[in-house]
Amino acid sequence: MEYLECLKYSPSKYFRHSKLKALINVNDIIMKQKKVIVIGGGISGMESSTYLTSMGYDVVLIEQKDKLGGKLLKWEKLFPTMSMGKDVVNFLNKGIDLAQVKVELNAKIINAVKEGNIFKINLDDGRVFESDAVLVTTGYDVFDARKKEEYGYGIYDNVITSAELEEKFLSGNDILTNSGKVPKKVGFVHCVGSRDEKVGNVYCSKVCCVTAVKQAIEIKEKIPGVDAYCFYMDLRMFGMHFEALYKQAQEKWAVNFIRGRLSEACENMDGSIMVKVEDTLAGKPLRMNVDLLVLMVGIVPSVGTKTIGKMMGLNFGPNGFFKSLDQHSMTTVSNVPGVFFAGCCVAPRTINNVFVDARAAALMTSSYLEGYDIEKRIQEK
Amino acid sequence: MKNFGYSINKDRQIDLDKSDQRIALFVKQHEPSINICISCGTCTATCSAGNYTNLNLRKLILSVKRGDIIETKAEISKCMFCGKCLLACPRGVNTRNVILKINQAIEKFSL
Repeated sequence: MEYLECLKYSPSKYFRHSKLKALINVNDIIMKQKKVIVIGGGISGMESSTYLTSMGYDVVLIEQKDKLGGKLLKWEKLFPTMSMGKDVVNFLNKGIDLAQVKVELNAKIINAVKEGNIFKINLDDGRVFESDAVLVTTGYDVFDARKKEEYGYGIYDNVITSAELEEKFLSGNDILTNSGKVPKKVGFVHCVGSRDEKVGNVYCSKVCCVTAVKQAIEIKEKIPGVDAYCFYMDLRMFGMHFEALYKQAQEKWAVNFIRGRLSEACENMDGSIMVKVEDTLAGKPLRMNVDLLVLMVGIVPSVGTKTIGKMMGLNFGPNGFFKSLDQHSMTTVSNVPGVFFAGCCVAPRTINNVFVDARAAALMTSSYLEGYDIEKRIQEK
Repeated sequence: MKNFGYSINKDRQIDLDKSDQRIALFVKQHEPSINICISCGTCTATCSAGNYTNLNLRKLILSVKRGDIIETKAEISKCMFCGKCLLACPRGVNTRNVILKINQAIEKFSL
C-alpha cells in the first residue's frame, strides 16, 4: 500500500519497475497515469512521443497528414553524411512501433484550451482529447519563393526551389530543364527568404548553406560535365564535417563559389536564366547564364505553429517562431505551464539538433508531470 | 574629334559566359589546389611583395578564375616567389606552384 500512495503522487515513476507492477493492481495505475498530447508528427514529435510513452506516460501523437515523418519524407539524402533520409524515418517509425505510441493521423485540431491543469484538444471530427501536458512540435514551412519576385520563381520555368530539387532527386528521374534538356550549368542561390529584411526574415535559416553544397555535389554526381555555381553571402559551415563537405565540393567536384547576393534573374529566349550578382571579392558586377536556377529556400514558422500558438496563448518571438522561457537554459519551455516545445517550431534546426531537442523536451515534460518545479530556478529580471 | 563633353566607358561587368578560361583551365589541370581557395586573404596579408607593391594574391587567383587576362598579367609580374603565402595558407593551396602555372599558361598561350 505504501507504493500505491507513491503512485497517487507520481504513478509513472513507479510504473516502469516491473516488480512493482506485479505487486499492485495495474488498473489503479492506468487510472492515474499522466497523459501527454504531442502535436505534430515530424521528427521531434515522433522522437519525443516515443520517449514519453517508454517512460510510462499515456501519450497521443496528433498529426494532420496521413503519415508520420513530416518534411523528412520528401528528402532524399542528408548532409553531411549523404545517408538516406528514409533511414532516419525508419528509425523514428521503429521507435513509435516498439513503444506502441498511440497515433492519430488525419487529425485536424480546431481548438486547444487549458482548463485548470487539464488541456482539452478538440478535433474537427468532434473528438476531444484531454491531457496533463502538451508538447508542441508543429515544425516549419519552407519559405514561399514567390515573395522574392526578382528571382522569378513561379514566373520562369527553370527557376526551382531546393525542396523541389530534392523531390526530383527522390523520384530517381533525370534532372532536366523544363524543356527536357540536360542542363550544362546549374546555379544555387543561397539565403532565399533568409537574412532578408525585405521579406521580413532577418534570421539565418541555418541549414541552406550546407544543403546547397550537398545538392551541388549531387548535381555534379548525377550530370557528368555539368558546371555548378553557388552564389552566397557567407558560407556558414557550422556543423561537424560541414567544412569538409565544402572542401570536397571544391576539391573533388570543382563546384564554383561566387560571393555575392543575386540582384535579379531573368529569362532568355531559350528558357535559360540570366543572373546578375556582384562578385564582391572582385568588386565587380558579374553576369552569367544558367540552365537551371535553384533557390535555397529558408525555414519559416509553419501555419500549424501559428494557429496552435494562438489557440493556446503561447508567446511568439520577433521572428514568428515560439518564444522560449529562456533562450539558453529553457528552450523547450513555453510561457504556459505544462506546454513544451521541441524542434523547428522554436528555431531553424538540423536533424541532429531536433533529435537532441525532442529528447530534452520529453525530459522537461516528464519533470513537470512528476511535480518538479521547472521554473523555480528562473531569476527575476 | 570635337569634344561634346561625353565619354564612353568600357563595360566593367564580368560576363562569365564569355570569359577567357584558358589560364584557369591550365592551372586547374596542373595545380588543382587552386580550387580549394576560400579567398580568406592570408596570402595577401603575409606577402613580402605586397608591402611594396599592390600585389594581391587573393585577387590574382580570382582574376584567373574570372578570366581577366590583363589584370592577371599585370599582377603576376610583381611576385618574388618567396613562398611565404604557401606557408601561411590555411587551406593548403600550393600558391607558389599556382603562380608558376599561371606564368606557364601566359607563356603557352602567348597572352
